[in-house]
Amino acid sequence: MSEIKKIKNLKEFSTSADRFEGANLLCPGCAHSIIVREVLNATNDDLVLAASTGCLEVCTAVYPYTSWDASWIHIGFENSSTAVAGAEAMYNALKRKGRLPQPDRTPKFVAFAGDGASYDIGFQWISGCFERGHDMMYVVLDNEVYANTGGQRSSSTPVGSSTTTAPAGRVSYGEKKEKKDMMSIMAAHHAPYVAQVAPNKWKDMVKKIQRGFNTVGPVFINAVSPCTTEWKFDPADTMMLTDLSTDSLVFPLYEIIDNKELNITYRPKNVVPVIDYLGAQGRFKHLFKPENKHILDGWQKRVDDNWDYLQRREEARV
Amino acid sequence: MADKMDLLDVEVWDGNMAASQAMRQAQIDVVAAYPITPSTPVVENYAGFLANGYIDGEFVMVESEHAAMSGCIGAAAAGGRVATATSSQGFDLMVETLYQASGMRLPIILNVVNRALAAPLNVNGDHSDMYLGRDSGWIQFNAYNAQDAYDLNLIAFRVAEDHKVRLPAMIHQDGFMTSHTAEGVLTLSDDDAYNFIGDYKPMNAMLDFEKPATYGVQTEEDWHFEHKARQHNDLMTKVNPVIQEVFDAFEKETGRKFDFVTNHNLDDADVAIVAMGTTVDTAMLVADQLREEGKKVGVLGLRVIRPFPFEKLAAALSNVKAVCCMDRSAPGGTVGMLYNEICGAMYNSANHPVITGYVYGLGGRDMTVEYLKGIFADGEANAAAGKPTTPLQQFIGVRGPKLNFL
Repeated sequence: MSEIKKIKNLKEFSTSADRFEGANLLCPGCAHSIIVREVLNATNDDLVLAASTGCLEVCTAVYPYTSWDASWIHIGFENSSTAVAGAEAMYNALKRKGRLPQPDRTPKFVAFAGDGASYDIGFQWISGCFERGHDMMYVVLDNEVYANTGGQRSSSTPVGSSTTTAPAGRVSYGEKKEKKDMMSIMAAHHAPYVAQVAPNKWKDMVKKIQRGFNTVGPVFINAVSPCTTEWKFDPADTMMLTDLSTDSLVFPLYEIIDNKELNITYRPKNVVPVIDYLGAQGRFKHLFKPENKHILDGWQKRVDDNWDYLQRREEARV
Repeated sequence: MADKMDLLDVEVWDGNMAASQAMRQAQIDVVAAYPITPSTPVVENYAGFLANGYIDGEFVMVESEHAAMSGCIGAAAAGGRVATATSSQGFDLMVETLYQASGMRLPIILNVVNRALAAPLNVNGDHSDMYLGRDSGWIQFNAYNAQDAYDLNLIAFRVAEDHKVRLPAMIHQDGFMTSHTAEGVLTLSDDDAYNFIGDYKPMNAMLDFEKPATYGVQTEEDWHFEHKARQHNDLMTKVNPVIQEVFDAFEKETGRKFDFVTNHNLDDADVAIVAMGTTVDTAMLVADQLREEGKKVGVLGLRVIRPFPFEKLAAALSNVKAVCCMDRSAPGGTVGMLYNEICGAMYNSANHPVITGYVYGLGGRDMTVEYLKGIFADGEANAAAGKPTTPLQQFIGVRGPKLNFL
């Protein structure tokens, strides 16, 4: 059983001991560090962490410094999942053989990766880890773009977003493809726990992370991570953007247990129109030209349809 | 606790079984693996040992060779004994992670059952995969037969895991010719083999939570060069003394003597063939036949491919007049690796033999006694003339008109 932190309020949470130091090179206003702190703060247990190549990795372990006061490994772009899976296998082997340095500990194995590293290049590695059932948590820091390399599209990039490899232009409204539905894909692995989280809803997030830590087997977490640089908004507005993402239902917060039970965990009191979310970001600016109205309409319809779908699944308990 | 296996003093094993048995005896903590011809039986044998209670470590059957080495890296960084096996396309897929393993100084053992690289697709043995990984920063041992595959596994664990070394190591064996050919193999008992390797001594283990470690950092122009230079320095200066120490210990334990190069009748030879893999054994057989005819020929087998034994090699070739280098990999627009490196080793030595290169055996094409006799004859002509009498690069055993270059 995992050692669960008791957290009463945000002040206590924000000042609790850090195993991820504030001394890092992430952009001001980057949501990655907020999400990582919220994940690590959910437990007092020891941690074995991995990161895929990406913003988090290049900004937190620049030799001779490290921001990690926990065991941490980065191998490559595609394999943070398998890195912690290998470490988890070693833990099991040494436990059986009685050779763990601290045999009484109950470490948690967590991989962090961006959406490019997860939805695209590392997809096979994640699928392999989940099929094999390693006792690990995989957290996607989903900013819907290859941010570390300057804003190229990934398969998480949503329709109409302007990226450097699918830019909006005279004859293009930007990204043409819909965002890949990783939540359903990972649930279809019969993962015991799959959840979407957002850093603004920290209590919801901590609850899910703690549930994940107490789940035996692979846990998939998709965390919305607004990117001040590539989404193009003021660094001071990260939490406002996150609020818009959850309250517009573009990022609905829900969980899927054993690919059977879907629970919506946050229902906004006042659902905001999707255009409020899109309009707050430079990456969608061009969609507000008259000729792109159909893209905006399509956006609202997709979000409404998805919300309907999630509610129907929740109600039907499937 | 895993059961022990009672082995005969001499077992009939192929190279794959020899490698698997050594891996079993090493009591590896984690094997993450993916099957590929011709190394598949290593993985299958190991799975069989596990299913029958002879393994108490973890065996993770992953979804690709890239994942196999990724899992090995995570496991090794966590702090325990790790090994796997692969071949050919799988080795190709693993290459990214090979550099990551050595860059993080993780003593992983990799059995490489050498095979050609596509295209065209081919499952048979040549050294193309070996050559692809030659700059990966791994220690690389070369087996000529199943006995070597067994012995060098035991040796490799002890060398790689030595705290003065802390580098991963490969054991190469020829696909099919070694991996699938049953031979008599002299064995060590499970206890003797394990005691020879010794217990794994962790260093900077991720599972030591009192001392968390950061692995795989970012370095740019400010520090990257120093890291790579230091790794190279250790390969050039620290690894060979440990290999020598372990070779000596192994000889004391088993009576079987290994050296960085195999010197077969080179001291008074005029002509040397330099080779790797099964061709070393065949060339020694041919050299012995030619000796009976009074021809002064010998063979140099490259036992340790990396770190490349420049001095040992130059010393072994210090009296020869002609050297024939056997490269079993398509050189892709240049000379073969062996030709290149032997020229490099000899250029600054006192002896300057005539050095010629031969590309042979691609995709499993046989290297026959007759071919080797012809190559020795080339060498004799070169030795007598004191200059090349043939082109510097010849393709041996390929259809069509002779392919010669340079």
